[in-house]
Amino acid sequence: MDTVYQSPSIEEITQALTSEFPQVEILSTEERRVKAKCPREISHDVCQFIHDNLTFEHCSVVTAVDYIDHLMVVYLLSNYYTGIMIDLDVDVPADDLHIDCVTDIWEGANWHERETWELFGIVFDNHPRLERLLTPKTYEFFPFRKSYKMRSQE
Amino acid sequence: MADSLVPVLEAQEKMDTDKMWVIWGPQHPFSHGLWTLKLQIDGEFCVDADPIVGYLHRGWEKETENRDYARIIPMTDRLCYCASMTYSHLYCMTVEKALGIDIPEKAKYIRIVADEVCRIQSHLMWLAAVGTDMGNLTVFLWAMREREYFLDLNVKLCGARMTTNYPRIGGVRNDITELFDRDILRAVDRFEKAMWDIIYLIDDSSVFVSRMRNISFLTREQCANMGLTGPAMRGCGVDFDIRRDDPYDNYDKVDFEVPVLNKESKVGDTYDRYMIRIEEMFQSCDIIRQAVAKIRAIGKNAPYRIKTPTRVPAGTTFGRLEDPRGESIMYLVSDGTDKPYRLKVRSPIFTNVSCSKVMCEGVRIADVPAVLAQIDMCLGETDR
Amino acid sequence: MPYQSILDFINFADPYENPFTPFMSSNLPYDLCYGLWEIIGGTIAWLIALLFGSNVVSDWLLRDDVTVLFAMILFMLVIFIVAFVVVLLNLWMERKVLGRLMDRRGTMIGLKGFLQCVADGLKTFMKENTIPAKVDKMTYIWCVSLIVGLSCFVACMVPLSNRWYVVNYDTGLIIIMAFYALAPFFILVSGWAQNNKYSLIGGIRAAELMISYEVPMLIIIATTSLLVGSFNINDIVAAQSEIWFIIPMCLGFIVFFFCAIAECERPPFDIAEAETELVEGWQTEYAGMKWGLIMLGDYLRGSVSCGMVAIMFLGGWTIPFIGGTAIPEIIFLIKAWFVFFLMILVRGAIARVRPDQILNLGWKVFMPLAVFNLAIAVLLKIGGFY
Repeated sequence: MDTVYQSPSIEEITQALTSEFPQVEILSTEERRVKAKCPREISHDVCQFIHDNLTFEHCSVVTAVDYIDHLMVVYLLSNYYTGIMIDLDVDVPADDLHIDCVTDIWEGANWHERETWELFGIVFDNHPRLERLLTPKTYEFFPFRKSYKMRSQE
Repeated sequence: MADSLVPVLEAQEKMDTDKMWVIWGPQHPFSHGLWTLKLQIDGEFCVDADPIVGYLHRGWEKETENRDYARIIPMTDRLCYCASMTYSHLYCMTVEKALGIDIPEKAKYIRIVADEVCRIQSHLMWLAAVGTDMGNLTVFLWAMREREYFLDLNVKLCGARMTTNYPRIGGVRNDITELFDRDILRAVDRFEKAMWDIIYLIDDSSVFVSRMRNISFLTREQCANMGLTGPAMRGCGVDFDIRRDDPYDNYDKVDFEVPVLNKESKVGDTYDRYMIRIEEMFQSCDIIRQAVAKIRAIGKNAPYRIKTPTRVPAGTTFGRLEDPRGESIMYLVSDGTDKPYRLKVRSPIFTNVSCSKVMCEGVRIADVPAVLAQIDMCLGETDR
Repeated sequence: MPYQSILDFINFADPYENPFTPFMSSNLPYDLCYGLWEIIGGTIAWLIALLFGSNVVSDWLLRDDVTVLFAMILFMLVIFIVAFVVVLLNLWMERKVLGRLMDRRGTMIGLKGFLQCVADGLKTFMKENTIPAKVDKMTYIWCVSLIVGLSCFVACMVPLSNRWYVVNYDTGLIIIMAFYALAPFFILVSGWAQNNKYSLIGGIRAAELMISYEVPMLIIIATTSLLVGSFNINDIVAAQSEIWFIIPMCLGFIVFFFCAIAECERPPFDIAEAETELVEGWQTEYAGMKWGLIMLGDYLRGSVSCGMVAIMFLGGWTIPFIGGTAIPEIIFLIKAWFVFFLMILVRGAIARVRPDQILNLGWKVFMPLAVFNLAIAVLLKIGGFY
């Protein structure tokens, strides 16, 4: 865990990730894009590794997708030296919507996690301030889930 | 610090003063749109800030799940009225990537031209806002005057001034109109001269410069960590531009320079962030010239649009693009039907606004409009 | 008989017996009003006498002291209306010149846009008179009256020529400055009275502005009177019959010009009502007629500033080597308008200054310059030039 790559290539990223975390699964790679998947338990460690050792200083997006049987949290992380982006997917079971928050790693993920929480109901553990951001404070449902139908969808 | 000041400051410490929350917005002359900034002030200084957004939340992303792919393009224009072209471009690019198709060369260059026109007029809108925030209406009207020429170019290209609805999945809606290339070169030449009027008005005025100098320092690490993107980030020494480092749509075939200030010192103040946008407008002019030359070389009757299937194969993909305000990303999950399963928009300002807490700490009340003008607020895309 | 107290003015039943009366025959507006009332009052008296024969009212109207009383009322009206029209012209000039600076046309409708000012004024007067629920009503309303009243008062006190004035004091400049500097106090009080954080900050900023600009301004006034040897405005203008004070005191002119902008709180020194940070500053809670009156007061103070600059540095109503002309009032107003034109240029060209920068500028730049200017004046005085 000591090697620090400032501007890693795709190969270095995949190699470092898989050697450090055997559970991480590289789904696909293309030019300047890496798509990886990791289990929920180690997601914070993987993010920490990507930030510290692979120098991905910037967290572009934290969002979620509702696959009805499970939800998927998506991290889009970018490197300012090479322009490479890692698309890190983390599956979250629908009956236990908890995942470690990455705000302590990237300050910029703060609002993205708040937004994801209020729209999908995924609880980011240890988040400094998990409050509703875009929707009114009185909302008791999570509008972006597939179970929430809009008027025209009913 | 001068020794004579120390007893004064000590006395100030002992004084029993309360901090005060002042709420700026949602209707406040400094907020360009509906948002609120709660500021905690201690005398003349801000000690804490808490931005509140969400007044314009329309459920944009949810709404797209109910429409077929082609019908989302007009909606993307409504994300930001200043940079509508970049958002529809980004959307079309993302869907093309999901479809796995390559669009004609000519369409790529036309998109570049449209994007850069959009960037210039968005930056001019920002410059106008800077003028009013500083309390000078002359800058506002001069910048708006220059912006009109570029809105006219939009009209010549696609018939609308702001909500253009121009890019299509697989190309652009129509070829460039007759004499558009001539008009745009004229407009760019004219703009480069006229821009100096405004620059002289601002940069030669010590009042303007001293209002922006030495306030709200941000380091490179802070910028990267907080997710501040766009010109504001490049003013603080982050040498990153998606157009150059992660090129899309033939941006790698045009030659341009990315203005980055303070590469060595890695810390920037408000004036640096301001300078970047001014410089970017000139770079955009260069890009437009090159792209127009490429379009002319391709010729008149080249294809500008290809037919695309309406159903997008299942999978996830995302597109990334340098918006006038920063890094925008669209994350698309498709399930094989003609409607997206999920479409997520990463708006640059959504993240930039969350930095306003750090940017406002320690500055004076009178500096807050100057500092936050560099974010270039646009609430349509922030709240989506 | 030397001047004893203000009671001297009252102790004379007939103002003409008072040696200190302002209404000697050299006061043009008073003479006009006296003549006007002789015609109006005489006609009314004659009409009443025609109807009812000889009666008490006609006799009363034709008495000398009654004629003086009505002439004085008319005199007040005339002085105010002239000041008011000058302010309207200022406002119109600001709109047109600022418009041209910004590449637009300014107001266009009605006498090249002049009537737009009148229409705007009338519009504010027709609005509902709202008072917010939680303000301190007494202070809230009285502050407007005091600010606007003081501004009107000062605007009327500025003489347009040696024959168009209210009172020809020996302390003219001091009196004008004293009343001029009173308004910021009421701005501070009204900022507190409005129960609004923006207004409070605005009011405090007004006080801050005052302490940073009054001092250099007063030093320059003292310098001028040192050169002349009198505070009397007539004397100051007469002393500039050959050479304007702008030439020996060019530093003082620059300092006084900017202080005058700050004094009437025009941009770029409008920190008390900086709209981007404080909405409208101390005017936030004022609406309708009260706001319209405050705007009128602002422009009245602006015209006073211009008049002061014209009197102290540009020779007032005289032209060098020619001296007085047939229409000294117009000469004076042209100079004042020129100064106002410069103020508009400054407004169009530079941004609003930050409060701490204003303090810096006032104490670290303008104050030393003013003192330096005073030193030059002392040298000139010792050298016998004045």
